[in-house]
Amino acid sequence: MSSSTSGGSTTLTTGTGKSDAGRQRGSGGSFMAGPVGRNLGLVVALVILCAVGIYTAGDRFADVDNILTILRLASVIGVVSIGMTFVIIGGGIDLSVGALVALASVWATTLATQQLAEDVHWIVMVFTALVVGAVAGLVNGVVIAYGKLAAFIATLAMLAAARGLAEIIANRRTQIVRDSDFLAFFSGDVLGVPTLVLIFALVAVAGWVLLNRTTFGRRTFAVGGNAEAARLAGIRVQRHTVKLYVLSGITCGIAAVMIMARTTTGSSTHGGLYELDAIAAVVIGGTLLIGGRGTIVGTVLGVLIFTTLGNVFTLNNLSSSAQAVARGVIIILAVMLQQQLATGGLNFRRRPSSGVSSGGPAVTGSPSGSVSGGTTAEGGPGGTRPTATGTGTGTGKTL
Amino acid sequence: MSATRQRPFRRLPYATVALLSAGVLVAGCTSNTPEESGGGGGANEAASANDEPGETVTIGFSAPAADHGWMAGITEAARAEAEKYEDVELVVAEGTNDVSTQISQVETFINDGVDAIVLLPFDGAAMTPVALQAMEAGIPVINVDREFDSPFAARATILGDNYGMGVSAGTYVCEQLGDNPDAVVAEIAGIDSLPLTQDRSQGFADALADCGLNVDNRVAADFTVEGGEEAAANLLQAAPQIDAIWNHDDDQGVGVLAAIQNAGRDEFFMVGGAGSANAMRAIQEGNSVLQATVIYPSTQGADGIALARLVAQDKNLSDVASQEVPRQIVLNAPVVTADNVDQYIDSAFES
Repeated sequence: MSSSTSGGSTTLTTGTGKSDAGRQRGSGGSFMAGPVGRNLGLVVALVILCAVGIYTAGDRFADVDNILTILRLASVIGVVSIGMTFVIIGGGIDLSVGALVALASVWATTLATQQLAEDVHWIVMVFTALVVGAVAGLVNGVVIAYGKLAAFIATLAMLAAARGLAEIIANRRTQIVRDSDFLAFFSGDVLGVPTLVLIFALVAVAGWVLLNRTTFGRRTFAVGGNAEAARLAGIRVQRHTVKLYVLSGITCGIAAVMIMARTTTGSSTHGGLYELDAIAAVVIGGTLLIGGRGTIVGTVLGVLIFTTLGNVFTLNNLSSSAQAVARGVIIILAVMLQQQLATGGLNFRRRPSSGVSSGGPAVTGSPSGSVSGGTTAEGGPGGTRPTATGTGTGTGKTL
Repeated sequence: MSATRQRPFRRLPYATVALLSAGVLVAGCTSNTPEESGGGGGANEAASANDEPGETVTIGFSAPAADHGWMAGITEAARAEAEKYEDVELVVAEGTNDVSTQISQVETFINDGVDAIVLLPFDGAAMTPVALQAMEAGIPVINVDREFDSPFAARATILGDNYGMGVSAGTYVCEQLGDNPDAVVAEIAGIDSLPLTQDRSQGFADALADCGLNVDNRVAADFTVEGGEEAAANLLQAAPQIDAIWNHDDDQGVGVLAAIQNAGRDEFFMVGGAGSANAMRAIQEGNSVLQATVIYPSTQGADGIALARLVAQDKNLSDVASQEVPRQIVLNAPVVTADNVDQYIDSAFES
């Protein structure tokens, strides 16, 4: 990931705010700047959930241990969702994440691996999980980028194959992690913060930096927004696509290590339906399923909302069926609220100039894209922004 | 533009080679060699004249996919049981969770003219017609665990007792807490939409009601380790003070115990369910909150094989005065504690 393309990015930015390439460039730059505004719907949803939790469960909810429990439960799916965010922004989808978590967890806990870990160090288990995730992600990426298969199909195939392979390796047994040092390290805490939560935080911050502060991130937006334009702009789209799936695979490997610590086992049943949980979190986090737009902060909020929901329901002794219904409702409400806020702000800002691009909030990346693109390229609308977002965007852009 | 097209390949090979070589390194790690001696095949069968080899019979066996420790234990124990008889030839169909596949497996058994069929249906109702077909063709069907719709579809039925499991667990909890009507009892169920889960919960609630207790906190998991951990972690936050927990399933119990340990809680005792070897070892060691487990026998398939052999050879069930093999057997759901764990651990399944 060299930084040599910064020249290219400047060209793109100055090109025009209305061309596709310029749009992606612009959106890439502005996302880190205004996460609060863009994720307001999510923050509101989370605050409402917390208020309900405090109202119904009182001290049991607003308790440090409970907050840490929520964060700990959110951490595994959270890490997977970070990887998923990159893939989806890059215009793809990864349905194999749950299966990869299962495969990596099983591979890292076989008797042979554990024996090796015992002889050497438990880092062997971590290494194994990461490599398994990365290789599986590489296979996904190569099949998609160079084999020209639709991401949906390729990762669907990986979903089936990886879980099958996990069952074969584990012989459908639950493999207990025997290395007590491994368990002690990962289920321990640093200054009261569980290690798992720290890992999630590190991955989230690294993901944010990677997405918003590096050429890798800008290319991801560009590739997802318009692959052809990205290619014309000199981005190696295929190679970048492969990288995105490898990244997703690695986050699955990290998640596998975390789940091994959480449950003290490796099993082919781990990571069940993670693909849907992750996609749901990413989507309510404001990332467009067609790519080109999305935020890490939104994804983190999305994950937290779902985990908090489960916690609040359990604290109130409600059934998991009711919880599933609430989940569905929240997905719809969060996305609608977000669109409402986005279009509301958009109309407000756009009224003086033109209402054309603000028309279709639900359609694609165009509304938000044009907002950010417009902000950076023209400066006018940016100036009318009520919050500090505009300025943030500006500075972000000049970097 | 040609440059941009070629460049993607420039650095990719390095990454590929690096990853693949790491992969090769890691590939050596799949081995799981030290296999446990196949669990199951209870050692508690009395020798009788029935064990004398008779005419050789072929028994077809079909069960759902072994995607869960208990189900794997079923098939393993059935094989082990068949091994014990030199006059039994066991044909095991590949486990499947697809009803139409399982139907075709039974049809194959019928066409091959096996002497008896032992069937653990994925869905009892869906398998009833083909079982009837087999019975009409003169092949006795032994129905295991999940009951058919029609009494004519099976010569004999052998069932675990889900309601009885709940009763056993509830009765044990009552014995331990009986003098404390304010005790907090929690329940971690399996997949809530399954009838078997509802039966277990009903039995548990009924038994608790008998001694004036009730379930204060109830969560449902999904029979997986991960689901158990998550459900338990939330449950422990919901109830700051617990006296007893019943967890329906020992496979998910591994996760439940991990969550309990993580939360550093030990003011309660826990009762498991199904009876895995893991759980029994924990009971034996006695250093966790897991104090007992309720057995849902994974040797049902083995019983089915034994019954099929008797039926096919026109023998009677020894130790029963009446002629012929009984129509239905409902297995007991005993509570395993540190006192009697040695008696059960050999027939427990590995999760």
